[in-house]
Amino acid sequence: MPGDLFSTHLAVLPVLLPAFTAFALLLIGDHGGDAQGSHGHRRLRWARAIGIASAALGLVLAARLALQADHGALEVYRVGDWPAPFGIVLVVDRLSALMLLLSGCVALPVLVYASGGWDAHGRHFHALFQFQLMGLNGAFVTGDLFNLFVFFEVLLIASYVLMLHGQGRERFKAGLHYVVLNLAASALFLIGVALIYALTGTLNFADLALRVPRVEEPEAAVLQAAALILLVVFGFKAALLPLSMWLPATYAASSAPVAALFAIMTKVGVYAILRVHGVVFGADAGASAYAAQPLLLPLALATSVVGVLGALAARTLSRLVAWLTVASVGTVLAAIGLFGSAAWSGALYYMANSTLVIAGLFLLAELVGAQRGEMAGRLEPAARVAQPQLLGLMLLLAAASNAGLPPLPGFIGKLMILEGALGHGWVVAVWIVVLGVGFLTLVGLARAGSILFWNVRADLPACTGGGASPRLLVATLALIGASVAMTVFAAPLQRYTEAAALQLQDRAAYARAVLGEQGGEQADTARPYRIDRPLPSGGER
Amino acid sequence: MSMEFLVATGIGWVTACGIYLLLRGRSFPVVLGLTLIGYAVNVFIFAMGRLWSGAPPILIGGPAVADPLPQALVLTAIVIGFATTGFVIELALRGRHEGGSDHVDGARPGETGDDAEKAQR
Repeated sequence: MPGDLFSTHLAVLPVLLPAFTAFALLLIGDHGGDAQGSHGHRRLRWARAIGIASAALGLVLAARLALQADHGALEVYRVGDWPAPFGIVLVVDRLSALMLLLSGCVALPVLVYASGGWDAHGRHFHALFQFQLMGLNGAFVTGDLFNLFVFFEVLLIASYVLMLHGQGRERFKAGLHYVVLNLAASALFLIGVALIYALTGTLNFADLALRVPRVEEPEAAVLQAAALILLVVFGFKAALLPLSMWLPATYAASSAPVAALFAIMTKVGVYAILRVHGVVFGADAGASAYAAQPLLLPLALATSVVGVLGALAARTLSRLVAWLTVASVGTVLAAIGLFGSAAWSGALYYMANSTLVIAGLFLLAELVGAQRGEMAGRLEPAARVAQPQLLGLMLLLAAASNAGLPPLPGFIGKLMILEGALGHGWVVAVWIVVLGVGFLTLVGLARAGSILFWNVRADLPACTGGGASPRLLVATLALIGASVAMTVFAAPLQRYTEAAALQLQDRAAYARAVLGEQGGEQADTARPYRIDRPLPSGGER
Repeated sequence: MSMEFLVATGIGWVTACGIYLLLRGRSFPVVLGLTLIGYAVNVFIFAMGRLWSGAPPILIGGPAVADPLPQALVLTAIVIGFATTGFVIELALRGRHEGGSDHVDGARPGETGDDAEKAQR
């Protein structure tokens, strides 16, 4: 039955679809950097069509998975049908499905935007874009820590090349920093993973959630050290404070569609922190419970403050947006650091909105810059832009949503976080930072908007081009419109994020779904350190 | 000296050298540092399966069996490390070509990339 086949393998499709699309795009080949060549141009058109169709299909798949996950059952896919703690599992719960949907929602408009010309500035843009999507989706669905590392590497290798897309000296300089820092972080990731394996004998999230509480002092101290090493790694990807300085330079140096796609990449770090430190090292982790809590909340609040100060000091629009990325990640991580289901629900809602808005803002920054002559995105008086009403309105909507003005979704998300903080020891700090950062975000974006649209130099000729092409405008509008749609569908979305947060805290149900009868308390470890123990029945050939 | 002591100090020494090189200003030592850290991490993963001698990582009914999983993890990590090292070398070469300097910031502190390019000519 083809229908059965489809639903059996649904969980692995978000990884396979971009992978096979990327292979196909590599086989089609590239236009060789010559955008005007007629033969090459036909190939590029094919690559665009295939890439966009695949991204659209991926979005549909993600929506289907999200609807399915909303029934509350976990979709567990055992690769090769090996039983759970020994084989590779992919798990789609509400959180994974939400992240898949989010990455689909960002990827499709960004790819449409990139097809408006950016993809012709270098080679193999479309194939790399699909590999990046594969890494992102894989990181969101994987059920064990080592595959999280593998998918991190897949998305990073794609991102290294995408970041350099279009080339240029500034991009190479920022690119080298980005690559070297990420390789160092990957080495730390492996150390953390190896330590966790040494102490628990498993890397499967479900199995870890059962075994971590059983590790007692003094081994628990080493396990906590491993958890904190992983916090450094994920904090680096998510741009948590002392490790966030790479982000503005890298994102501002990337081309606009790549920076917009990278808006979801920081969220992989946030997702991993939630999965590992929120759940595995969360409330029920015995001696290692709340390993990350003393650091996460203060650092996240500081990240938010530094991010918004950077935005106030930024001299170009794209750098301003990059700093706002840092600020919003700080707010999300602060909510995760509160370790409560209400706050987590707010974090997920706010993260979804801020990702869409920031991706839209990166695209918008380039649209505005393209109409300002030589000044481009610099926040200085320049010639009048060709489409002040349209672009100004988009910037206004995005700014209001990012800053958290009612009735836009940024407001709803922040309200959920503020409510979630009630009763927590840090409630005053969280309220001051979240509200203050919202206000300063508004100040920063209002300053940028008034310079860009009102502070016009009359001595310069106005932009004579006919304005941005419809394709670019539609893509940018789609991202900002998706954010506005989050207000319209706020009630079902909020119900979904609340259910997702509760599902995350139900470790027993997760373990039952993943490990089944084979694993969990019944299964003995596969590790051969005790020689006297009988062999597990599945281990004999 | 025990095998554990030798392996542990070896990992520590290689990591220390790697970190020293990673903090250098030119891209070639940085790449070497990354490579050394990669080696140290690979041995570290291997050691996390505990050190055994004369124990094959496969169940053949003998008295001792080494843990096969870290060895599988190490293989994956080696492959990924190899690929990324190749990429970062190419990137460093291109950066040198584009910016006219092999400094990781594109130019040594105090001079711009243009100066370096002029000096080279």
